[in-house]
Amino acid sequence: MKAVIDYLKDIFFGLKTLVTGMRVTGRYFISPGEIITQKYPENRDQLKMFDRYKGEVIMPHDGNNQHHCTGCGICQINCPNGSIEIVTRKEMSPEGKEIRVIDKHIYHLDMCTFCALCVKTCPSNALAFGHDFENAVFDKAKLTKILNKPGSSLKKEVK
Amino acid sequence: MQEEIIKNIILGEEEDYLINVGPQHPSTHGVLRFEVSLQGETIKKVVPHCGYIHRGIEKMCERDTYPQIIHLTDRMDYLSAHMNNEAVCLCVEKAMEVEVPERVTHVRTMLDELTRIASHQLWWCAMGMDMGALTTFFYGLRDREHILDIFEESFGTRLIQSVNTPGGLMQDIHPGFQKRVKEFISYFRKKLPEYDQLLTDNVIFRERSEGIAPLSREDAIQYGVTGPSGRASGFSCDVRKSEPYGIYKKLNFKEILRTEGDTLARYKVRIGEMYESMNILEQLVDNIPEGDYTAKMKAVLRLPVGEFFQRVETSRGELGVYIVSDGNKTPYRVKFRAPNFSNLFVISKLAPGYKIADLIAISGSLDLVIPDIDR
Repeated sequence: MKAVIDYLKDIFFGLKTLVTGMRVTGRYFISPGEIITQKYPENRDQLKMFDRYKGEVIMPHDGNNQHHCTGCGICQINCPNGSIEIVTRKEMSPEGKEIRVIDKHIYHLDMCTFCALCVKTCPSNALAFGHDFENAVFDKAKLTKILNKPGSSLKKEVK
Repeated sequence: MQEEIIKNIILGEEEDYLINVGPQHPSTHGVLRFEVSLQGETIKKVVPHCGYIHRGIEKMCERDTYPQIIHLTDRMDYLSAHMNNEAVCLCVEKAMEVEVPERVTHVRTMLDELTRIASHQLWWCAMGMDMGALTTFFYGLRDREHILDIFEESFGTRLIQSVNTPGGLMQDIHPGFQKRVKEFISYFRKKLPEYDQLLTDNVIFRERSEGIAPLSREDAIQYGVTGPSGRASGFSCDVRKSEPYGIYKKLNFKEILRTEGDTLARYKVRIGEMYESMNILEQLVDNIPEGDYTAKMKAVLRLPVGEFFQRVETSRGELGVYIVSDGNKTPYRVKFRAPNFSNLFVISKLAPGYKIADLIAISGSLDLVIPDIDR
């Protein structure tokens, strides 16, 4: 007799624990206001990332198409996985001296691990993090970017 | 001797049934392969095979300078990325005898505990899902999102922060950091009891975890099982208590210890640690000291010649960083004592005698992160 009672007790105890769990899920089922998921591709226009979000490395340019990069190569040395290549060229300055200017700042986004060493160590604050995160492409070559815009030049104040 | 080794490699006898769990099994959390020999449904022997995602992080560290090592350690145990970073930073700071500002140690400890909660939340989702409760996966990730938002607002990245650097932090915390942490604590204090209602008290979960695969204290010490899995067997192995680093010696917190050592005990230790981490955060959140977020460091770091070791408590156990320096700007040798590596191999002691379905529950309760095993 005792075995039968224990058996029935077990069944009712088991049912009770299941109902306890169902009560939690049921409460969310009838109160959709507590659901936090976002409909991502549809809400692209309203989607705002945090200010410090690290999407990709960019080189900010001002209105006159001028940047801060002197082509010193410190970011290239500091990058742990070789995702930055710097190509420089020689130019004549107005004073008649031969100076080194940046030709191409090549950034391989596919190799970048976002360790932020390039941005933090840049002596002239030429690099920053952009907010674009949609990097799904069919061709890997599209992830190799040239950060300085064509025809851009170095800002005069930056030494 | 050789015959004995061969005998151990060969799994079972002729009539045993051999199966592979993994390398790409949905419940292995990575590419890990268990070779299991069965008799009926009962496990006779389990042999774990690792190395599928070996990337040679220790060797890569020899190539890199000290600030460059930090981002590699993120990729070992990605769920306790901040603790891994901190371990290397503390080791380098110890070697160079750098005094880091108080603000840095304070913020690092807070990030440690936030990471620990986030890691345990993900473990809770995955453990429930392994055992067939898909609901837990969504509930755990819902709460984890709040911590990831805190990280994203302050440091720009969600899972792996890469914010530590020898001497301090790369950037200061966001002005809204304290407010968000307070909001999270009051939110999660309300939500954590739901975890008990959903899974802990569930009769199916209880039947599958209570008394399954008990690990004795002696075996835990012998196999080097640390972290919550070791503490569930009564092995007091919390580095935060035994060898306090950072600000832990000033804090008032409990080390969660249980004596049963079974799957349910390992589960309950982690749930208890989430409450304890919230207590630590409450002690810290209101009195973050003002000051610099990094100490003054040289442009090129060179460690003095010698050997240096530092232990920290990650969310899975004890992580040791051992650096041998020959005075150059790159280390001569780096060795990581990864907690998951020891925690994995105890499974060949635990699983025999239980059913094949219990193997998944056992490996879930050990909370394995495979990239940390292979490195």
